[in-house]
Amino acid sequence: MLVMDNVVVEVRDLTKVFNGVKAVDNISFDIYEGEILGLLGPNGAGKTTIIQMLLDVITPTSGRIKVFGKNLAKHREEILSRVNFSSAYVSMPHSLTISENMRFFARLYGVRGFEKKIDDLLVSFGIEGEKDRLTRTLSSGMMSRLYLAKSLLNDPRILFLDEPTASLDPDIADKTRRMLKEIRERSGLTILYTSHNMKEMEELSDRIIFINKGHLVAEGSPRDIIERFKEDDLEEVFLKIARGGS
Amino acid sequence: MKAHRIWALVSRHLYLYKRSLPRLMEVFYWPLLDLLLWGFITIYLKGYKENLPGYVTFFIGALILWDILFRSQSGISVSFLEEVWSRNLLNLFVSPLRVSEFLISTMLISIFKVIAISVVSAILALIFYSFNILSIGISLLPLVINLLIMGWAIGIVTTALILRYGQQAEILAWGLAFLFQPVSAVFYPVDVLPGFLKVIARYIPSSHVFEGMRSVIKDGRLPVNELVWAFGLNLVYLVSSIIFFNWIFKIVKIKGSLVKIGE
Ligand SMILES: Nc1ncnc2c1ncn2[C@@H]1O[C@H](COP(=O)(O)OP(=O)(O)O)[C@@H](O)[C@H]1O
Ligand SMILES: [Mg+2]
Repeated sequence: MLVMDNVVVEVRDLTKVFNGVKAVDNISFDIYEGEILGLLGPNGAGKTTIIQMLLDVITPTSGRIKVFGKNLAKHREEILSRVNFSSAYVSMPHSLTISENMRFFARLYGVRGFEKKIDDLLVSFGIEGEKDRLTRTLSSGMMSRLYLAKSLLNDPRILFLDEPTASLDPDIADKTRRMLKEIRERSGLTILYTSHNMKEMEELSDRIIFINKGHLVAEGSPRDIIERFKEDDLEEVFLKIARGGS
Repeated sequence: MKAHRIWALVSRHLYLYKRSLPRLMEVFYWPLLDLLLWGFITIYLKGYKENLPGYVTFFIGALILWDILFRSQSGISVSFLEEVWSRNLLNLFVSPLRVSEFLISTMLISIFKVIAISVVSAILALIFYSFNILSIGISLLPLVINLLIMGWAIGIVTTALILRYGQQAEILAWGLAFLFQPVSAVFYPVDVLPGFLKVIARYIPSSHVFEGMRSVIKDGRLPVNELVWAFGLNLVYLVSSIIFFNWIFKIVKIKGSLVKIGE
């Protein structure tokens, strides 16, 4: 089903040093069109730093990032208009209603004829009935659906998700994962997401990049990685890596 | 530069003000208090020195104009702080939004705020003190524009400092403009300043604005040289503030702290 030939993101020798500490240490990888790639690693491994360098909100110390075959820093505007981002760690203006927020982001991304687009997205995430509610009054489940709806407004070709399920209870986290899978099936979207939840990674990812202390320690399908480390599941691998250093 | 992105940000703030009572209070409450307080003081003082010409006019005119500078400045930094408070900054800068578009949108928002607040102040002054700010005439416009621009420059510097130093710098959003008040000669002529402050005042655009205002009220004429000074200095300061902001933005991207503001 997955044709792994079209590279949409190319990362080479990426390094980020914060105050003399290497948060990301000489990492290289590719992201292929249409795949769900999981960036897995313990807290402080460097996942967020990598994602934010891919979105040009953190400047790398060294290394090269190409998105859609183009240098990110040089073609920032063009590239960022074709990707999107969401995270449990950002929010949205809470004094705006759902539809005001959606219109705001639609304008920001220059979406044409956005009223229809917004309606469609709200319907597909089942929050069309709430569109006049203030964002601050939403339950965390609705909130996460709103964030996902926002991140699909510009029909992105790549979705960057930093711990999208971090603040959700297991039920809503599970629903979110199912929505992500559905979106991918429907639109062939490429997704890069981070998590330290092993079960989530096994369930959702076509491929995993395992990082620890800024280093890339393993790369492959969940099954490949489990076999390579001769463990029973990803969790065992994770513990082995996280405790044994890299 | 894309108009739709600028409009996106402006519309987001309009939505916010539409239903936020505390934010609307800012427009009505402070001008009212200011005017009442200073209006009464000037009326009281006038009782002592009855033949002091145009005293009330000087004071209330100065008050309204100073508020324009202050609101223009805080309009910029508060728009930025709204994004910090709602943890929305990252959403903005992972979009194609440019720094210049962001700054322009905050300037437009500050224009809206200044217009709203000035109209309210002007009406209140007319009701309470029969002071008609429009009596200053057409000269009012260049004075107001200069205060607006100077407010932008201070607001952009303030915002850059909050961007760089985070919440500990938030207080600047309300305080930095007042640093310029003594040398702006708002309520008294530059002449009363001691020597070295007089020199500094020459390089503060607002001092030329307020000298200009007094001159208009006194003999109905706006000195061109004050206006030229004000515009010239403002141009230099506005351009410098934008360069400063861009420089800080680059540093913040290197430090990785764009996302960490407000945490
Ligand atoms: N802006 C920053 N300044 C200094 N150190 C940072 C900054 N951002 C992240 N770090 C450090 O870099 C490392 C990686 O952090 P991060 O990318 O957030 O990890 P993860 O998302 O995998 O938990 C951590 O040690 C963290 O403390
Ligand atoms: Mg993280």
